[in-house]
Amino acid sequence: MVSRGLFYFVTAILFLAGILLIAYQRITFNVPFVPNLAREIWTVEAKVEFEPNIGEASEVKLSLPAVQPGFTQLQQNTASLGYGVNYVKKDGTTFVEWTKRNPQGLQILYYTADILVDEKSQESSMIVPALIENVEAEPYATAMREIASVAGSRSSNPYSFANQIIHELSLDNEITSLLLSKYSKPELVVHILNLGHVHARTVGVLDLKDGRRNQRLHNYVAVFDKTEYKIFDPKNGHSGLKKNQIIWTDNGTSLLDVAGGKHASVSFTTISNSVSAIEAGNRKANIDMAAGEELIPFSLQALPVEEQSLFKSLLLLPIGVVIVVFLRVIVGIKTSGTFMPVLIAMSFLQTSLWIGLIGFISIVGVGLIVRSWLSHLNLLLVARISAVIITVIALIGFISFFTYKIGLTEGVKITFFPMIILSWTIERMSILWEEEGYKEVIKQGGGSLFVAVCAYLSMSSFFIQHLSFNFLGLQLILLALVLIMGNYTGFRLSEMKRFKPLAVQIKNFRNGDETELEAVRLKEELKEIKADPHNTYRTWKKQAQHMVEEEETKKDHE
Amino acid sequence: MDLLKKLKDFKNRYASPFEMRDDGIMGMNQRNVNYIGRYNKRSLFPLVDNKLLTKKIALENHVNTPVLIGSVENQHQVEDIFNIIGDHTEFCIKPAHGSGGKGILVIKDRSKTSGNFIKASGQEIPTHELKRHITNILAGLFSLGGKQDIALIEDLIHFDNVFSGYSYDGVPDTRVIVFQGFPIMSMMRLSTAASDGKANLHQGAVGVGICLRTGRAVRAVQFNEPVSIHPDTDKDLSLLKVPHWHQVLELASSCYDMSGLGYIGTDIVLDRDRGPMLLELNARPGLAIQTCNNAGLLPRLRLIEAITKKHRLSIKERVAFSMEHFGVFNE
Repeated sequence: MVSRGLFYFVTAILFLAGILLIAYQRITFNVPFVPNLAREIWTVEAKVEFEPNIGEASEVKLSLPAVQPGFTQLQQNTASLGYGVNYVKKDGTTFVEWTKRNPQGLQILYYTADILVDEKSQESSMIVPALIENVEAEPYATAMREIASVAGSRSSNPYSFANQIIHELSLDNEITSLLLSKYSKPELVVHILNLGHVHARTVGVLDLKDGRRNQRLHNYVAVFDKTEYKIFDPKNGHSGLKKNQIIWTDNGTSLLDVAGGKHASVSFTTISNSVSAIEAGNRKANIDMAAGEELIPFSLQALPVEEQSLFKSLLLLPIGVVIVVFLRVIVGIKTSGTFMPVLIAMSFLQTSLWIGLIGFISIVGVGLIVRSWLSHLNLLLVARISAVIITVIALIGFISFFTYKIGLTEGVKITFFPMIILSWTIERMSILWEEEGYKEVIKQGGGSLFVAVCAYLSMSSFFIQHLSFNFLGLQLILLALVLIMGNYTGFRLSEMKRFKPLAVQIKNFRNGDETELEAVRLKEELKEIKADPHNTYRTWKKQAQHMVEEEETKKDHE
Repeated sequence: MDLLKKLKDFKNRYASPFEMRDDGIMGMNQRNVNYIGRYNKRSLFPLVDNKLLTKKIALENHVNTPVLIGSVENQHQVEDIFNIIGDHTEFCIKPAHGSGGKGILVIKDRSKTSGNFIKASGQEIPTHELKRHITNILAGLFSLGGKQDIALIEDLIHFDNVFSGYSYDGVPDTRVIVFQGFPIMSMMRLSTAASDGKANLHQGAVGVGICLRTGRAVRAVQFNEPVSIHPDTDKDLSLLKVPHWHQVLELASSCYDMSGLGYIGTDIVLDRDRGPMLLELNARPGLAIQTCNNAGLLPRLRLIEAITKKHRLSIKERVAFSMEHFGVFNE
């Protein structure tokens, strides 16, 4: 006998492990509890065009989108006929490198990336830039210093400093017009910031707009306060990026370098897709896998799609089993065959509920008629069952053939029924019929169907399918639940009805010569022996021995 | 208002689990987990599921059972049946794994002229029919799950006349629940026309609770409701009294020592000449006995569980203890 303490301990461990596993997957990998919460994926296409120099080999280098908070890149592709493609990582920036020995005519190269809008992503490839010493020619250097000192006196930190510089530059005066005639505004802002010993650089930002074509990068300014940074729009001084803006170049590298070509340009097209959260999670996991990183641990998504669907139905079985245990142990529904209802429910999943119900009832009904004829023949058991199996197969074949012929393709699905199980069900029910009468058959058959429908309803729920497939921890919780229910010693719901007459009778009538309720009297005696086991035992034993002696003398007298 | 009515209706149809607990009524889960699961070793189940084994250990332990004339274990022994029967004219053939009285053939006599066997109903059956019945038993036609079976040939029981009129047809047997050697509760199952001569309570047999101290009927129920007379014979059920009550309980109690099973139902018949005899044991006795006795099993079982040195008590002392503590009639 395993001690109860150990049992509860193991159950609690299982339960906790399940919860922890679920929490781990939920928190670390952001697998949602509710299926199909839409997530946004942007497909960004960069189109590079250039004219190659005749007789020269071409080498095209395009910077790829920066790693940044709020976005996770899922997938990237290039479409470039006859080019060698190479992904290169250098100084925190990734490039795609296209090379071709002898290109001719206008060259068009495509790069596409799927980028998931991902609040969880916190990584950044941005590196704090070095301060660049101001070596600009006069009078520009003086003009810059002028603005720096004005802005510096009105600011308290790098960010307000940047803000003031942008504000000063937007004023229409001699100094600004002088400077802007030579420098672009973002460049100018970075120069002036550097004068104030603030690290800064220009970054290329792409607006994500659904279906927008021919877009270019906008130059924004990243202003650093130690390792933190903020992005400023040099046009109006607004800080921060909008939700649908993505940093493309973040380390001061140029977007496009073309060697052996001219008139090069890049344009962007952006498209937004909504995908289910699961798919987004899957694709994110795939990226990790490709990068050699660990997948979502204990997730089945690493398996090929076919095996996944097999596992999906396997993992649903425990749900059905728990329903059966619940309905049998707690509710007290009688079924014929312990787990037959689960298997029936599994086949309902394939056939849909109504077809399945009609098919089940008709097959079992006809099977029972055939079986009752077989029982007249007094066959041996194995032969009898085999005959029933063949009948069931013939029936299923006939039903699916017939329904198909009359145009009900749904009927073909009836072949998903577990035939051996059905045959045993028929056998058991027919024995039950002979032994206990048709009422019991209807009771158990109906009970089985009811349990099967309950199991079907829970297993067909999209929500439960999602949970059972994505959170393997759920299986541990189910196991713990089954263990707990296996230890349930309370009444079944059906017993509340069964023992109602008894409860009423006990309340209203005393038995024989009893004056008080037996349960009350025995409880007193129980208290007595528990309070003083040794002495009570002795008195009771003496009493019994006395009775035995009395009986003996009575016998002797006779 | 409607809801209130429904609620009241619900209360009238379903018993409160707390009330049931206070009455000490035992439910199925309680029985399975705390009594059968805890006190009945799985390895001992075959002893009671196979009547041949039950008989064997009963003989070894000098427990009174119907005399075993012989058994048929293989098909080729069927031809040998006359050697096994010998000159017995009264006997019954039953499957070792049968349940609910299925497959029992009772032979009352043999016709002197044709050599045919005469059934209890007076019908004559020829020898080949008898052999076929045995073949059916061996093939598992009457056993649980259709397993291969053994046919037992037993001496016929002559029922005690005190029960005439109490049973419509078939065997009036006494079921005593024995827990660790202590008789706990007892009932008689009387077959009726509704139960088709079978002693199954849910098929309509009358269950009569028997007082453990006196052997007198406590109350009778049919289909879960109290009855006072037998529905077919109109006999007053409250006058029922099992004779040789001490011996019945001692026989039941000794089944614990013999089988080693802590929680069993013992089915006992009273033979006119040989007194109480053990018919069969049941390792999963039902719960309907509570309704027949108008009392819950749990308070009685718990009292026994609380006794510390119960293994030191003799069978007689255990029976005396149960009579003293679980009886309902004083005389």
